[in-house]
Amino acid sequence: MDDFVQAFLNLDIISQASPILWRGLWQTLLLAVMVVPLGLIGGVILALLSTAPLRWVRILAAGWVDLFRAIPPLVLLVFLYAGLPFAGLDVGAWGAVAIGFFLNTGAYYGEVLRAGIDSVPRGQTEAARSTGLSQAQTLAFVVLPQAVRNVMPDLISNTVEVVKLTSIASVVALPELLFQARQAQNVTYNASPIVAAAVAYFLLLWPLVRLMSRLENKAMAGRG
Amino acid sequence: MTGFENFAFSFLNMKVMAQYLPQIAQGFVLTVWLAVLIVVAGLASGLALALVRSFGIRPLNWLIIFVVDLFRALPPLVIIVLLFFGLPAAGLGLSGFAATWLSLTLVLMAFSEEIFWAGLTSVHKGQWEASRSTGLTFTQTLRHVVVPQALRITIPPLTNRTIAITKGTALGSVVGVSEILGASQSAMSFSANPSPLMLGAIAYLVLFIPVVAFGRWVESRFAWKR
Repeated sequence: MDDFVQAFLNLDIISQASPILWRGLWQTLLLAVMVVPLGLIGGVILALLSTAPLRWVRILAAGWVDLFRAIPPLVLLVFLYAGLPFAGLDVGAWGAVAIGFFLNTGAYYGEVLRAGIDSVPRGQTEAARSTGLSQAQTLAFVVLPQAVRNVMPDLISNTVEVVKLTSIASVVALPELLFQARQAQNVTYNASPIVAAAVAYFLLLWPLVRLMSRLENKAMAGRG
Repeated sequence: MTGFENFAFSFLNMKVMAQYLPQIAQGFVLTVWLAVLIVVAGLASGLALALVRSFGIRPLNWLIIFVVDLFRALPPLVIIVLLFFGLPAAGLGLSGFAATWLSLTLVLMAFSEEIFWAGLTSVHKGQWEASRSTGLTFTQTLRHVVVPQALRITIPPLTNRTIAITKGTALGSVVGVSEILGASQSAMSFSANPSPLMLGAIAYLVLFIPVVAFGRWVESRFAWKR
């Protein structure tokens, strides 16, 4: 038991590593605050294109979504970070993460929001248009608010996935939480910093996971 | 060289691609093998946990809920790194392959347990009562009445989740598994040319585009009419 505590819950080592772990946590939060809105912007654009009146636009949007849902995000990230410089385009770690998340999480958010827009009855659009709202107004004040409400559980669960996914930025040496924990582990030959990072991720995301499973259970019970 | 020739030399270099094709093909086989093992073990253990939970033994259920929440909240890469770099300290060295398999299996177990459980609880109480009162035992009710109905609503979310977690096999490259990404990355550093990475990306598309299309089909096939 003592050995176990020494190896995994070594408080001395954790407190030594705590400054860089805090810095890592801060970077992770910063990343999340950057990539969630980026993904949402990409998602709204894709959702609008996937529900466009023109058939070929819808097909192109669906193809785009499927393409970026088929490529593992880490593959995309490595390609942007290590591949693009060969084309004379060096976007750096932050650039690669921003572009990669825009493409990957945009596709996922796009699919969720498309389902949301599809769930709003046509009559809503027709009624809004006939009361004199413009197309953009209809979208912004009538369709999107209802669409978002209908797919709220999926949006939250996708957001949790996105925050978790920021950990892959450690692979391109962006100094977020997992990267810093591994640095600390390398220096101390002790796994406690990684355990501490895992605890931090858990505390950060647990409330959202609880909320998610309550919403999911409710949604499913409604269908049964 | 013109701009396009330059681009083609870097990203679509046939000579380099041909040279490293066998390695990436091996990576492809390894990815498929890893994915199959994850899907089988993850779904089976998820279903088992959901069934155990349906017996309603309080302390056991709290434990299940905690484990499920834990593996839904932790990033898969963190679990992989923890198992791979951490366990040797406990005298349990796992290979990169085993660490990746175990981590993603636990993640899929957690997500699928939650989906199976939501499916089970979504079956109306009256169905239980009716079956039990016609003389079916608890297990018979579960097997012939509840599970078939629950499966129907669980299939679309389960398919999507399984696909998303299976793509996590690429994370194995971080702990030295020579699956598609690992194989293409080492080929890229040997050849100082990103064409193998292109080839790897194509391999993922070949593998996952049909899977994603299948997921889309399942979603529309099982969709509930509103």
